[in-house]
Amino acid sequence: MLTVLFFGRLTDAAGSGERRIPLPPGVADVAALRGWLGRDDPALRDALAAPDVRAAVDGALAPDDAPLLGREEVAFLPPVSGG
Amino acid sequence: MIRVQAEPFDPGVELAALAAEAAGAGGIASFVGLVRARSDDATVARLELIHYPGFTERTIAAIAEDARWRFPVRGVRIVHRHGPLAPGEPIVFVAAAAEHRRAAFDAVDYLMDRLKTEAPFWKREHGPVGERWIEARDADRADRARWEEG
Repeated sequence: MLTVLFFGRLTDAAGSGERRIPLPPGVADVAALRGWLGRDDPALRDALAAPDVRAAVDGALAPDDAPLLGREEVAFLPPVSGG
Repeated sequence: MIRVQAEPFDPGVELAALAAEAAGAGGIASFVGLVRARSDDATVARLELIHYPGFTERTIAAIAEDARWRFPVRGVRIVHRHGPLAPGEPIVFVAAAAEHRRAAFDAVDYLMDRLKTEAPFWKREHGPVGERWIEARDADRADRARWEEG
C-alpha cells in the first residue's frame, strides 16, 4: 500500500490530508501518480500540476521521475509558510 | 537544539537554556514570532499550523546546520509550534549565541528568512469570514534572496 499525503491548499483539493491506495498499475513514478490522482478530478489535477508543488518520497524531496515501486509514502508539498 | 511541538513554550526559558549551553559566549540574539490578531485587514480568530512530522524537523535541522557553517556562532536554538494557536501566542523562537554580536544578529536574521520560506509548515487562518491557507509572501522571498551568494 502507498500512503499519499496532501498538505496546505492541496488538502482542500483532495478532500483530505491522506489517502491509502495500492500502487496503481502503470504508475511508475511521481509524475504518473500526479496524473493518476487527478484523472477524474480536474480541481485536484490542476492543483497537483502547479509548478510550485514539490513531492517527497519516503520523507525526502524527490524529482518527478522518482520511482515508486517498493515505496511507502508520497507527500505533495505546496509552498510553505513557516515562522 | 531544535524542537517542533504542539505545546506552548516560554521564550524566557528557552533563552536561559541557550545561555546555559553557550557559556562563555559574548552575546545572544533572539527573535520571537507571535500569531497576528489581524491579517490583510481581516480578524484572525485562530491559526492552525500543519507540519509533516520527521520531514519538518529534518528540514529545520539542515537550515540550522547551514547557519552554523555560515556564521561563527556557539549555539543555535529553534522552537516552532504546530497545531491550533491563538492570536498573541508565540509561534516560533530563534536564538543564536556567539562571541560577538554581529554573528548572533546575522544568524537569527538568516534563520528566520529561511524558516519563513523553507520550513515545512502550512498555515490556515480561521476568521469570521471563513478560513484560508497562507503561503510565503513575495517580501519573504525577497528577504531570503538577500543571503544568496553574490
